[in-house]
Amino acid sequence: MVLLKMKFTQQRRVRLAQGLWLMSWFAVMCGAFVFCLGIYLKTELLRRDEVMENTEIHVVPNILMMVGLASIGTNWVATRVCQDSLDASRFPRWKVLLMAWFAAAVLLCCLLLAVVVLSYALQGRLEESLKVGLRNGIRFYKDTDVPGRCFQKETIDHLQMEFRCCGNNNFKDWFEVQWVSNRYLDFTSKDVKDRIRSNVDGRYLLDGVPFSCCNPASPRPCLQYHLTDNSAHYNYDYQSEELNLYNRGCRQALTDYYMDLMNSTGPGVLSVILIQMSVLFSLRYLQTAVEGAMALENPEGESEGYLLEKGVKETFKDVKAKVLDVLKFAQVDPAAAEPSPGNEEKTADTTTEKAATPTPAS
Amino acid sequence: MPFMLVKFNLQKRVKLAQGLWMLYWLSVIMGILLFGLGIFFKVELRKRSEVMDNNESHLVPNLLVLVGLLACGLNAFGGKVCHDSLDPSKFIKWKSMLKAYLLLSCGFNALLLAVSLLCFIMQFSVYLILAEGLRNGIRFYKDTDTPGRCFMKRTLDMTQIEFRCCGNNNFRDWFEVQWISNRYLDMSNDVVKDRLLSNVEGKYLMDSVPFSCCNPASPRPCIQHHLTNNSAHYDYDHRSEQLNIWTQGCREALFSYYSGIMSSIGIFILLIIILESVDMAGLKYLITSLETMTDPEVQDCESEGFLLEKGVKETFADLLTKIKTLGRSNQVEGGDTPEANT
Repeated sequence: MVLLKMKFTQQRRVRLAQGLWLMSWFAVMCGAFVFCLGIYLKTELLRRDEVMENTEIHVVPNILMMVGLASIGTNWVATRVCQDSLDASRFPRWKVLLMAWFAAAVLLCCLLLAVVVLSYALQGRLEESLKVGLRNGIRFYKDTDVPGRCFQKETIDHLQMEFRCCGNNNFKDWFEVQWVSNRYLDFTSKDVKDRIRSNVDGRYLLDGVPFSCCNPASPRPCLQYHLTDNSAHYNYDYQSEELNLYNRGCRQALTDYYMDLMNSTGPGVLSVILIQMSVLFSLRYLQTAVEGAMALENPEGESEGYLLEKGVKETFKDVKAKVLDVLKFAQVDPAAAEPSPGNEEKTADTTTEKAATPTPAS
Repeated sequence: MPFMLVKFNLQKRVKLAQGLWMLYWLSVIMGILLFGLGIFFKVELRKRSEVMDNNESHLVPNLLVLVGLLACGLNAFGGKVCHDSLDPSKFIKWKSMLKAYLLLSCGFNALLLAVSLLCFIMQFSVYLILAEGLRNGIRFYKDTDTPGRCFMKRTLDMTQIEFRCCGNNNFRDWFEVQWISNRYLDMSNDVVKDRLLSNVEGKYLMDSVPFSCCNPASPRPCIQHHLTNNSAHYDYDHRSEQLNIWTQGCREALFSYYSGIMSSIGIFILLIIILESVDMAGLKYLITSLETMTDPEVQDCESEGFLLEKGVKETFADLLTKIKTLGRSNQVEGGDTPEANT
């Protein structure tokens, strides 16, 4: 039972070919769009590379770029097929390639779906990666004289100012780390000595944050130091002060930013999938209609176009049988090799038998 | 003697018409770009109007928008004329308007030149407005409770962070102004009272700058307060410290940004003028080559195209005499009437 049969006159075939040619070029542009989207996402991830511990999330833009390029190529092939489809002499050479084309198009759609799923699934891994990266960034903030870490301070400062965030979870992360380098501490001062002795590791910890945590929207000039000490500043209450510093943690800010980016590309990717599927179905109809027309006595007459020659179940059985055949073909050779020595023995036996039997005759 | 005479056969005329059509559509795109640039410049001026004291002149972006639209319209008309030029029946209806169109294009080029000059000249006014606006901005930094000025602090902080600058000329501008509001000063404190009494106007002046002046590239956590006091900080020399806070003044930073935009727009307009002139020359050739065809119905004939019917000097002389006769015709009537009266 043929799946989704449709009748095609010559005029309809011509219209289908023209429409499909336009749609294939549009699909080429969509492929370019997906590629550019992948590049944009990758550059955004690379810009903040220093606060990310691993690059697992990069699989999303990598797949987008590959699929974009592959889609440009595949849909360009579709335009060539459309151009040749109405010319009976040029169309047959595409016959073999078309099966591979359909498989490639289905694969591309599956990969795009996988991208959409991955962009949601990898959120947890992204957060983990950011957590570790930011923790290291805050720890190495003071190491502006250590090669390999000298720009950590600048990176974290720019990050906090741009994303309007402070610390990893919140600004208190800065209280647990020594973020002032020993080079700038006066070790003869009593205050410094007290602070260093006040904790086990001998670190200079203070209840202060770097200037990049300051919120410009605060009506008051920024208070950076002695944040937990209400008496250190006039008219200041640590518990109720909200606008002085940024409240958000940088991990949350960055995760939100990247999730927004990937979610906003979701509808675009889904529509590219739809367009690719419609190109796929239309090309299948065109192929079957043109082949049917070429088989007729009058090539300009009516022909039928369909999606699958037999029903879904039967086509599936056929495909399974073909695949098993191909697999068995690999197995058949050693199986055929075994009987042949057996056959030789049998023929040797029969020759000996034959040799044995004539003697009584003679 | 026609100026720059060129012979045209049918093929050359067709090529000229097609090439000119594409050139006109390129000019339409340039016109759209100019319109977009005008809008962009207007938005940039609006974004920072607070540090320009809200009296910046929007003359240049408004003119750019107008000129961009005019360019689109004129060039689209030119493209349409080229499209119709090879069909004699369609070309007839445009023929009468073409002389006026060429004069209009000339006038438009002059307007473009004027706008381009304005782009370069108005930079001076932007400089002066910025100086005034920033000075007021720094003065009103503390007035976060005064209606109309409550966002000055945020605007100035964001500007200093974005443009990597501090103060008007340099960071010392902050030393001359009280930038901490009295609401946050403990008036019963001795230190505060000393500072207030130390100057004539009773302002709380310090040798400190706001946090937005801090340079993230400094290897050391930012030193904002007691900037001129070397002993207040360990291992600190205020004369040799370069990376701690931004050394550039915001006026210079903002001015170089805006003058960059205006200069690029001015140069872009000059390029458009060149393109428009090429368009006009091409159109003149096309018109004259179609007019000098011996038989308008027979397409496949030779014709001549030129830029000016007579040489440059003669055309100029003709133009002068025309202007003189125009002037004299007014005088002649005046001379007649007194005679008639007597």
